[in-house]
Amino acid sequence: MNMLSKKSIVDAGSLEPEDIELILSNADSFLEISRRDVKKVPTLRGKTVINLFFEPSTRTRTSFEIAAKRLSADIINFSSSSSSLKKGESIIDTLKTILSMNVDLIVIRHSDSGTVKMIDRFVDIPVINAGDGKYQHPTQALLDLYTIQKRFGKFEGLKVAIVGDFLDSRVARSDMDLFEKMGMEVTIVAPTMFLPEDYSEMNVRHNIDEVIKDTDILYILRMQLERQDRKFYPSVMEYNRFLTLDMKRLEEMKPGSVVMHPGPVNRGTEITDEVMDVGGTLGEKIAIEEQVTYGVAIRMAILYLILG
Amino acid sequence: MQEKAQILSENDIDRIIKRISHEILERNRGSESLVFIGLQKRGVPLAKRIAENIKNFEGAEIETGKLDITFYRDDIGKNIKPTAQITDISFDIEGKNVILVDDVLYTGRTVRAALDAIIDFGRPKSIQLVVLVDRGHRELPIRADYVGKNLPTSHNESVEVKLKETDGEDSVTLVVGE
Repeated sequence: MNMLSKKSIVDAGSLEPEDIELILSNADSFLEISRRDVKKVPTLRGKTVINLFFEPSTRTRTSFEIAAKRLSADIINFSSSSSSLKKGESIIDTLKTILSMNVDLIVIRHSDSGTVKMIDRFVDIPVINAGDGKYQHPTQALLDLYTIQKRFGKFEGLKVAIVGDFLDSRVARSDMDLFEKMGMEVTIVAPTMFLPEDYSEMNVRHNIDEVIKDTDILYILRMQLERQDRKFYPSVMEYNRFLTLDMKRLEEMKPGSVVMHPGPVNRGTEITDEVMDVGGTLGEKIAIEEQVTYGVAIRMAILYLILG
Repeated sequence: MQEKAQILSENDIDRIIKRISHEILERNRGSESLVFIGLQKRGVPLAKRIAENIKNFEGAEIETGKLDITFYRDDIGKNIKPTAQITDISFDIEGKNVILVDDVLYTGRTVRAALDAIIDFGRPKSIQLVVLVDRGHRELPIRADYVGKNLPTSHNESVEVKLKETDGEDSVTLVVGE
């Protein structure tokens, strides 16, 4: 029987290889639906999904919304800034209200790490983590895997460099879990201030130039300006010198290699304007828009596998 | 205890497909405006074979697509979660006579789902149904326009269709019992 091993998707690490395989193998069909004139199938008719966002988000929320709508589910957006809600207790009250309305699935984003895990224990219905604090963003990691699968047709042995603020990035944590699970070689490129206290187990470089020629996938993280609860990186100039993808570095990348970024890009910080707008063969390396397209297909596949 | 009885051989299937190809041309007065859509999975090679025959008879190349109806099923959520196969209808069906091809017609629920799916792609002039075997027991008001073989069956029997493209051989077998 084709089912996911757990009712919810809370973190990338607890996805079994069979779960990942199942989600990826279903995504192609949903990609095809999104390319039709009539981008809608009746599969989840009558199901209700709630987008519970305690933290601002445009692309993830929209992606889940489009995914649910293309499957004919009803989706309700509930947004609230975390500051207006006291943590813990009041979230539970909000959930009780939502559960009383017979919702079938909850998609949650929250600024506090671990909130989604707590909520998943509290409710009986499936929960999908759309990003919690610095902890996890599993659907982003799945769409990243799908993008890599579409580009390379395999995972085993691919060299990935994850560049930037690893410490504050839930995307990086989820990606790292899945990339390693699929047999890819992961290197982190970051100054020590962007690394966890103990990084002795990790393969670390401090300068993007050390990996640029040899990497298959350059995964560039967003500078988490809103999550800088300690001193910001000295200066953008410093960032540009060691971490930014500029034209010179893009040109050094090997044939067939790709550049990925979870978005939104801080132009001029992680990636220069020239690289973002480059066309031609070099432009083909940039997979950022593909990631967004594939994100809808992956989220459709997940909703289908959980609710269908 | 399982008992098997072969109903159609490779030659039988070949003759049937040729006959149906002629019938389609006769009823539609040629191959103009025809497109084929095979249902995943064994309707796909059957549709290709008919299109190939028509090409041989009339010299006309006919668009042939594949359709997977998983997302249109009425039993989703009842513990069946098939991984969908590829749907590929890369041509316009607006105003066309769509020939829908499947291997076995049974309850009619698959065809119902297929009709919904096709209509999401456009408004064809007509949809006509080809099946290799009609085994009866319809649960919906659906019938086939072209039938390879009418095969009266009971519910505890099943019809096993094998095709070279998917199974390495051509045969139709009636299987009795669990």
